[in-house]
Amino acid sequence: MIRTQKRLQEPRRGKPVERKGRFLTVSGAPVKGLYGPGDTAGLDYDRDLGDPGRFPFTRGIHRTMYRGRLWTMRQFAGFGTAEETNARFRYLLSEGQTGLSVAFDLPTLMGYDADHPRARGEVGVEGVAVSSLADMETLFDGIPLDQVTTSMTINAPAIILFAMYLAVAEKQGVPLDRLSGTIQNDILKEYIAQNEWIFPPEPSMRLITDMFAYCSENVPCWNTISISGYHIREAGATALQELAFTLANGREYVRAGIAAGLDVDKFAPRLSFFFNSHNDLFEEVAKFRAARRIWARMMREEFGAKDPRSWMLRFHAQTAGCSLTAQQPYNNVVRTTVQALAAILGGAQSLHTNSLDEALALPTEETVRLALRTQQILAEESGVANTPDPLGGSYFVESLTNQMEEGVRQYFRRIDELGGVIPALEQGFFQREIAEAAYAYQQRVESGEQVVVGVNAHTVAEETPVSILRIGPEIEAKQRQRLARVRARRDEEQVRRALASVRHAAAGPGNLVPPVLEAVKAYATLGEIVDELRAVFGEYDEVRII
Amino acid sequence: MTPPTVLQRRIRVLVAKPGLDGHDRGAKVIARALRDAGMEVVYTGLRQTPEQIVNAAVEEDVDVVGLSILSGAHNTLVPQVLEGLKAQGAADIAVVVGGIIPDEDARHLKELGVAGVFGPGSSLAEIVSFIRKAARSR
Repeated sequence: MIRTQKRLQEPRRGKPVERKGRFLTVSGAPVKGLYGPGDTAGLDYDRDLGDPGRFPFTRGIHRTMYRGRLWTMRQFAGFGTAEETNARFRYLLSEGQTGLSVAFDLPTLMGYDADHPRARGEVGVEGVAVSSLADMETLFDGIPLDQVTTSMTINAPAIILFAMYLAVAEKQGVPLDRLSGTIQNDILKEYIAQNEWIFPPEPSMRLITDMFAYCSENVPCWNTISISGYHIREAGATALQELAFTLANGREYVRAGIAAGLDVDKFAPRLSFFFNSHNDLFEEVAKFRAARRIWARMMREEFGAKDPRSWMLRFHAQTAGCSLTAQQPYNNVVRTTVQALAAILGGAQSLHTNSLDEALALPTEETVRLALRTQQILAEESGVANTPDPLGGSYFVESLTNQMEEGVRQYFRRIDELGGVIPALEQGFFQREIAEAAYAYQQRVESGEQVVVGVNAHTVAEETPVSILRIGPEIEAKQRQRLARVRARRDEEQVRRALASVRHAAAGPGNLVPPVLEAVKAYATLGEIVDELRAVFGEYDEVRII
Repeated sequence: MTPPTVLQRRIRVLVAKPGLDGHDRGAKVIARALRDAGMEVVYTGLRQTPEQIVNAAVEEDVDVVGLSILSGAHNTLVPQVLEGLKAQGAADIAVVVGGIIPDEDARHLKELGVAGVFGPGSSLAEIVSFIRKAARSR
């Protein structure tokens, strides 16, 4: 017999049975005292779950999941100049990492060359500085691009960095149809949460659909976008908001692709996703499972996609940077392990595990290795990869999965009422929702209701210092010299002509990838190409919310 | 006769995001907490140059400037704000820094004149009371 909720909450002999008044997930969602068959009544196995590899893919996108092939272990890395990061890449590959992931520095993300005044103090600090094709050539020196898959976290100027990657492949003699990897290219979440935008939404969406069209013809194995909830979550969103806003953005990209005249089944199979994997294990697993089901249904029913690959939501996961503490940093290894487990139980296709020192600085080689070993131990020793969707059928997890789906539908309705994603973000809707959730969380931490070990409970008087990676000011000087040499050596006339044709194409209806590719091959710099686009597209200004 | 009431001006704080860093979760949470504590808060928005921040601080006649930096560029940006305030004769405005600031750098910034540095995990109550004290001692 299943005890009722009521009986569990009744005091016995005048004492409360439960140790606190309410139990919440890390997102603040209430959790009941017990889940049973009543919570999953109406769940139909074939309709709502399906075997792994079958519509609606709730249990995973592959029939065998990790029995067939483990997830890709992909650590995000980048700092200093291209030389330093190239060395880190080679190190990670030698330690058994199976894919690359490039972190660019802030000037690169914002489309500034290393010698721009606004780049001062930021060159190579938060990622690797890439100002021209010469840097990209160094970054992948000795790494054959047909033998690795590469993920590049770049958004507003994504088209330019992508063109540089194509140019490196060409120089290595690798045909474009042998290239495989992912470019983040998700501008909507930049306006919503991560804030690295340059141009206004409309021309930014055009850059993205140009890349969809170009890749479907020329780089068929490339994931043209990584629709990202990660940053939305890091900015303070709940698990549900992360899921809802990310899928709403995904829906917007599909609509944009169709509006640009593309056949949905030509570009949808190359859409990929990127989620956060946070502390609350079951909530996270439910989020990943719901993501697949909602996406599959939407692609088939709303957009009429016919290719099963268009229905499948493939995702990369990264453990939650915002959950890491600067206090007692070794505790972060434990947090990361639980979060990585959630991603694996949730069926991730690739995974980044954060390093223990990331609330303090960029990780060192030693801490990155430990983070990678965490994945390897989960994969090879824990047994959790032995069978797909091991939590499927759990009353609790299925109930949470249903709640996630229902919550997403409600957010979709609100977003539609505001006129869609772009009008909603221009009205500050997402930004306000996220700021509210971030503040509510902080107040739970402040009151002690949400325990953060080492911060508001189980603290120590004296913290043990850990040694951190430092990026010296000499990196900026070195990068500026590299750039000066590029500028001195190139054919200025060729650069001028290439930049003019970028501007011309931006003002017209044609696809921008070919002229941008020509410009990077002429060693026009990132900043120069962005300036041409900015001249035509203009600049975005944020909606300020506090 | 009743004694004259001393009307104390509300504490004014400029919350600013210098440099290219787009991480604004902390800045927004702090701005909201300061406002809830009864202070007047001006938020600059993202990507302000040190010069823009100094001008805003002087124009808004704030008591405290809170700089939020998670990009690692603090050693370049914070001294520029301090120097700018000095140059405008506004060195009495207290500067507080929040973000990912290694201990060694925090010590250095305090030597240069930063009133306080708050890293990840700092409590809102602690920050509010620090800012209140810094403003009152102006």
